[in-house]
Amino acid sequence: MCRDCGCSLGPAAARAPFAAQPATKGHIESIEVITAILDANDRIAAHNRTHFDGHGVLAVNLMSSPGSGKTSLLEATIRALQGELRLAVIEGDLATENDAARIRACGVPAVQITTGNACHLDAQMVHDALQDLPLDGLDVLFVENVGNLVCPASFDLGVHRNLTLLSVPEGDDKPAKYPVMFRGADLALITKVDLLPHIEEFSVERARDSLRQVGFRGDIIELTRRGGPGFEAWLGWLRGEVTARRAAAA
Amino acid sequence: MHELAVCQALIEQVERVARDNAARRILSITVSVGPLSGIEAKLLEHAYPLAAAGTVAEEARLVVVTVPVRVRCRSCRAETEAASNRLLCGSCNDWHVDVIAGEEMLLQRVEIETADEPVH
Repeated sequence: MCRDCGCSLGPAAARAPFAAQPATKGHIESIEVITAILDANDRIAAHNRTHFDGHGVLAVNLMSSPGSGKTSLLEATIRALQGELRLAVIEGDLATENDAARIRACGVPAVQITTGNACHLDAQMVHDALQDLPLDGLDVLFVENVGNLVCPASFDLGVHRNLTLLSVPEGDDKPAKYPVMFRGADLALITKVDLLPHIEEFSVERARDSLRQVGFRGDIIELTRRGGPGFEAWLGWLRGEVTARRAAAA
Repeated sequence: MHELAVCQALIEQVERVARDNAARRILSITVSVGPLSGIEAKLLEHAYPLAAAGTVAEEARLVVVTVPVRVRCRSCRAETEAASNRLLCGSCNDWHVDVIAGEEMLLQRVEIETADEPVH
């Protein structure tokens, strides 16, 4: 079902139609409300966070364009941390189960959310996925959001950390073009840096400047999933977050 | 285009206001939206009739107030407007700034019509 192009209105369509009222003049009142429009989503997100905290699980949301290497990064991370940390993945995708199948092939539980044509995950979708994913004994739950640099930025999922990936082939001006997405991230990963010798238009310095200018204040790690110091730095960041989460839960 | 999902959340809130206040129709809905919320005012206006159809807000006017991004500089304390992809102090160009406006996505006000004049 499409939630966003209007081909089917989802929950709204199920409501009883509002009966038209006669055009007589009633009493008119102006009521000040002042609530966040996504208040309902934010409340479910807080509920999800309570779930994660109750199980001492670090929840991490990965966001980026399609094809910037989210699933590949997860595969490499799972292999590197085998026997050290217990991981699971919630995969968001429009139509296929491909990504969840790739994760399961690495020996880690994965739940696929197929969003239809919806362009983002919201807190309710993550909550629904949690019904199929036991959190007991887990250290890290990754949520791989729908590949999209716009819509996912507006919806709190209840995770502890938001990551945004920027791959070298995309160009170093992506933060300037999609400021809301990059500003909201806690960590930025510049991926596919092994392609830098072939893509001379990409300047890591310009990408870093662009991130600073949109108000991003987190760490920036340059890496390739094939290993090396950047990949080790990413694993180090993750280990540090897990330790901090355990300390907070204790 | 996530604005329809946002509109649906908006309509649910407005329906609650209508119920709590025994409204028989909604005349107008005022929201304030900053560029850093990730919502485009124009797309919100396009999506709104789809979400409002068949609800108490079907005939309501949507008023979108766009709030410019404003930053306060930690170095020179100036408060200036900024572009959403250039959050720098407009006075001294420093990037050590705090955003003080432009992130909001708020339902501000609902104008309703109740059935009768209130009884005093």
